[in-house]
Amino acid sequence: MIQVRNLSKLFGETPAVREVSFHVGAGELLVLVGSSGSGKTTTLKMINRLVEPTSGSVSIEGQDAQSVPGHTLRRRIGYVFQKIGLFPHMTVEQNVAVPLSLRKWKPERIRARVQQVLQLVELDPALSSRYPAELSGGQQQRVGVARALSSEPKLMLLDEPFGALDPLTRDRLQQSFLEIRKRLGLTAIFVTHDMSEALVLADRIAVMNHGRLVQIGTPGELLTSPADDYVDRLLDTPRRQARAFDELAAGARR
Amino acid sequence: MSEQLALLPGYLNAHLQLTLLALLLGVLISVPLGVLVARVRWLEQPVLGLASVIQTVPSLALLAIMVPLLAAASMPSIGFLPAFIGLVLYSVLPILRNTVTGLGTVDPALIEAARGVGMTRGQRLVRVELPLAMPVIIAGIRTATVWTVGMATLSTPVGATSLGNYIFSGLQTRNLSAILVGCVAAAGLALALDTLVRLVAVGLERRHRGILGAALAALALLYLYTGGTAARELLQGQHARIVVGAKTFTEQYILSDIIAGQIGHETGRRTEVAQSLGSTVAIDALRAGDIDVYVDYTGTIWATLMHRDSSSTTNRSEILGAVTRFLQQRYGVFVVGALGFENAYALAMRRKQAERLGITRISDLARYAPTLSIGGDYEFFGRPEWRALRTKYGLKFAKQRSMDSSLMYQALKQGNVDVISAYSTDGRIAAMDLVVLDDDRGAIPPYDALILASARLEHRDPAVIDALKKLVDKIDGNTMRRMNFAVDGGGQSPRAVANRFLEGLWSKK
Repeated sequence: MIQVRNLSKLFGETPAVREVSFHVGAGELLVLVGSSGSGKTTTLKMINRLVEPTSGSVSIEGQDAQSVPGHTLRRRIGYVFQKIGLFPHMTVEQNVAVPLSLRKWKPERIRARVQQVLQLVELDPALSSRYPAELSGGQQQRVGVARALSSEPKLMLLDEPFGALDPLTRDRLQQSFLEIRKRLGLTAIFVTHDMSEALVLADRIAVMNHGRLVQIGTPGELLTSPADDYVDRLLDTPRRQARAFDELAAGARR
Repeated sequence: MSEQLALLPGYLNAHLQLTLLALLLGVLISVPLGVLVARVRWLEQPVLGLASVIQTVPSLALLAIMVPLLAAASMPSIGFLPAFIGLVLYSVLPILRNTVTGLGTVDPALIEAARGVGMTRGQRLVRVELPLAMPVIIAGIRTATVWTVGMATLSTPVGATSLGNYIFSGLQTRNLSAILVGCVAAAGLALALDTLVRLVAVGLERRHRGILGAALAALALLYLYTGGTAARELLQGQHARIVVGAKTFTEQYILSDIIAGQIGHETGRRTEVAQSLGSTVAIDALRAGDIDVYVDYTGTIWATLMHRDSSSTTNRSEILGAVTRFLQQRYGVFVVGALGFENAYALAMRRKQAERLGITRISDLARYAPTLSIGGDYEFFGRPEWRALRTKYGLKFAKQRSMDSSLMYQALKQGNVDVISAYSTDGRIAAMDLVVLDDDRGAIPPYDALILASARLEHRDPAVIDALKKLVDKIDGNTMRRMNFAVDGGGQSPRAVANRFLEGLWSKK
């Protein structure tokens, strides 16, 4: 589905991403993990050319991403933003409809699709005439996901979409997302700095550090054979949490 | 007051035309320019800098400078155009600056989101950036609206009708109710337009379709109305109208109304008065055909255009003949004839002071001048007559002050100055018990009032010329003085005084 080859990005003299290569199969969910400044978001943005690569290539379904204008490419790919990025002067309905109106769909078809996709993300239809500022953070990001899904993309890119939400809301959104993904058979690349989130969601995890891809593999492979200290440290937190939880649970049973 | 109010629809409509059309063009220039500047960063300094420089030019000067600039480009330099261009230039800065600022404050995350969903640059601008910058842009348009309405009152001296006609003529003719009507109407108009634009902003902000729709509809109606009247005037043809010019003092207002009334009565032609023109603006406008007829004085043309002084001759008929030939040959201006009175520059003093000092002639004044102060109108101290007076009599005053001619008499009466540059037909000379000093060494040329007509009028409108000829020798010095004083001292309007004169003239036949 997606083939990334030797992708690099220099901001001025500073390399942000160095020679990153990986592929994502159809229907697969790849999670890019790394601490801030590791180059994971830049890598993600180079896939739909929000950031133009300095060198290297991206091909999507066998087609070079550079062979079409950037805006055409981006219309085919759903994108969920870290800062949600809903347009404050548009209602929920209008926000979700933006990608459809850019594709010049007819109004009645747009209306039907918007209702459908709001249902898919489990958002109360009564909210569709509200403005983003009138919604909670979780509701806003559901709208963000709905907007990314509205034009039925095969590929979704998500940039720390649930990072700013409280743990309960985040968990609920993660579960809905997994469900939607399965139902639609979406291919997705998901960026997070939270290894626990990565372990829960990923088919495969790609770990980035200082602009390089240090390891890529299934959650199981990472847990059993971390490639280096950095990957191991990233895994420490979820391991400790799991151990603590187990001990507490055992204590409670006794 | 009711007489002033009768003028309101005409003035208000002209004022609306000027401001609304100038604002429209201002927005059409500034918003795209602002978008360009927000995109092409290096343009920001030069473009905003230039707009700021234009803003620092005093508004009256900005309008006045359009007259010679347009004349040099052989475009209509008097009337709507110079005022319109000046107003457009003035409206650019606030709108431009706010457009740049408004676009600059759009959250970068939203711009990225717009790119992320696949918008092109143009779609981003129209769907996201401009709507989000709109409140700031509208604030700029509001500032421009209030400025433009206010500044449009200054377009009277360049020959465009506006509410400023009330203020300028009211100041000259000491008509407080005219000034009041002008100020209140201008302030009311500024407030009303500002409110409409504000309601557009409120409607957008609260997403209230009703408010937004009503405000936009009201603005659209105003534009349709003024656009309609402007188009109608254009179709009827400015040429079909005869434009009568008037300089900036009472006598000129009365005479322009007399001329306009006479033309209307005799030929049925439509006339328009371009009021409060500067002295040199008037003759240039006549030469260029921007106005068709006005009254000027032989001495003024003799001194300021022909650069002659009193050393050659001071003979009235000789000068009249020379001036007529000069105007015809050099300016292509037709001298219809003399009205029958002289309005000379003269030096005047309070009678009591003159008697105490024993001054009756200007040569008597020379001795006391170093202890006295003199007041003159804006032109006087720059005119050749003043140079001639100084050299012939060796006048040296302790202080010299220029002021508005309508305030000059007040200043003399209150003792702020001792001598003023009066006009010999001024009714206030008698009313205020002033004495006019005898020009015993003949420094000041004669000032016969002449009706001057443009070449176009002379060749294409013989009926109008004939109508004007009926005014020749019909106004003597006393009549003019009486009429001037009826306005300056009696509080009547120039038009009422002119009408009374015309009724007398027509009934004699």
